[in-house]
Amino acid sequence: MPVIEQNGITLWRRRTTGAALVRWFGWLLGVAVFVYCWQKISAQTTWFFVQDAPRIAGDIWARATPPRWEYITQLGKPIWDTLNIATLGTLIALLLAVPVAFLAARNTTPSRFFVRPVALLIIVSTRSINSLIWALLLIAIIGPGVFAGVVAIAIRSIGFCAKLLYEAIEEIDRTQVEAITATGASRWQVMAYGIVPQILPAFAGIAVFRWDINIRESTVLGLVGAGGIGLQLSASLNVLAWPQVSLILLVILAAVVISEWVSAKVRGAII
Amino acid sequence: MSGAIGTGSGELEALLGRRWRKPAFIANPLLRWGLGIGFVAYLIAAVLTIPVDWGRVYEGLDRGWQFVTAFAHPDFLSRGGDIWEGLLESIVMTVAASVVGIAISIPIGLGAARNIAPLPVYLVCRAIIAISRALQEIIVAILLVAIFGFGPLAGFLTLSFATIGFLSKLLAEEIEAMDRSQAEAVRATGAKWMQWINYGVQPQVIPRLVGLSMYRVDINFRESAILGLVGAGGIGATLNTAFDRYEYDTAAAILILIIAIVMGLEYLSGVIRARVQ
Repeated sequence: MPVIEQNGITLWRRRTTGAALVRWFGWLLGVAVFVYCWQKISAQTTWFFVQDAPRIAGDIWARATPPRWEYITQLGKPIWDTLNIATLGTLIALLLAVPVAFLAARNTTPSRFFVRPVALLIIVSTRSINSLIWALLLIAIIGPGVFAGVVAIAIRSIGFCAKLLYEAIEEIDRTQVEAITATGASRWQVMAYGIVPQILPAFAGIAVFRWDINIRESTVLGLVGAGGIGLQLSASLNVLAWPQVSLILLVILAAVVISEWVSAKVRGAII
Repeated sequence: MSGAIGTGSGELEALLGRRWRKPAFIANPLLRWGLGIGFVAYLIAAVLTIPVDWGRVYEGLDRGWQFVTAFAHPDFLSRGGDIWEGLLESIVMTVAASVVGIAISIPIGLGAARNIAPLPVYLVCRAIIAISRALQEIIVAILLVAIFGFGPLAGFLTLSFATIGFLSKLLAEEIEAMDRSQAEAVRATGAKWMQWINYGVQPQVIPRLVGLSMYRVDINFRESAILGLVGAGGIGATLNTAFDRYEYDTAAAILILIIAIVMGLEYLSGVIRARVQ
């Protein structure tokens, strides 16, 4: 127990002198890094614009209110496209994520040293790149449109779904699998009756959770030309039609809230 | 006991002599078939309304293949200066935004925990969290670029704002799930409010807070890679230019660097989390 002597009284304290010093230097280093970063940002900022910011914000607010409500008639098709991008993207991602997850899980992978690292690499690389970047890339390859959005969302979601799914597979109860194996079941029968029933609730939860995230992401894919309501947002921003922008933002907000509500309800029903 | 066996054998009687079938995932047959048919109908409608220009896709396959092969020989050098500047800016934004975001989200997280905050404070903090979570980073970035001008300041503010919603919510949930008796014990010694938080609450939530913060640093870096698309600084602008000019080898180099940094951060956060817990 670290103690300190003060005026002949032994007092308790949290750390020894050495530990306290190490922590102090750690904090010093952290503060130094932060100050350096802040200076980098500050050097590239036009502070005159920042001083002017409250006026600009007020100006934008005055232009954006009230929203142009009659513009909503033109938003039906973009919302339908956004929904399709999210849903079809999630479905394709799930189809591709299931085999990847089985190859990545320690207890089901056919080869720990060759197949598992490849599966993990697929998971990391699809997960670390944002769907907007996938969309940029796919637009260069297959042209702008809803289809590029669907594929972008699908690729981006593989890693996320496969990671959660393979963690669920690794946490299954071994005894059930052994019981099925003991009946003389084949490898596929063990899979279908021993493993799949145990991960099905997790799978359904992951699917709905990712669908909710994908609704959010697909609303902005249009900013780079991959279809959905983001196209309208980008077009309105380009012509500085702020009343339309505020209406679109309200619609996106509503879509996000509704999808979160649906996802919470469905997950509540499963668990 | 005997009653339980009696009903059990009754169920068994009904099942005997019949082939066992897997129980369905959704028990109610009406709901199961309704959902199934509705879903198939939706899928058909969705696929029919998506225009796919297969000719264009076929032409693009060639370019797609070029991009895949570009990963085999990424070009780090010919735009090395731009890549380095963009990456440094992304990292700077990530670090600064994470520090500020975490520092702000701790008091908001304390305020949003119902078991330690009074009702008015709780409602205000929950409202801040809800607003921050509902708005996506890229939309916030567009608005902040319009207000503060181009550059990393807008990106920094965007990421800080997004960090607050994420971290405060999870921190508040962690505090609400803590063990009350430890906090009570510290309070019973006559501790002041700050001491109570510092010795009763903090030790219980700090491992989780460190883990979540590392995770958020990871997310912030990934997000900082796209903020450049709307002019909020970072590597995104360089990446976008590379795609526009069909310089796939440069784009591949940037993507490889992003993946490598994210993997490094994930490894680091694993080490730190293992040490803290």
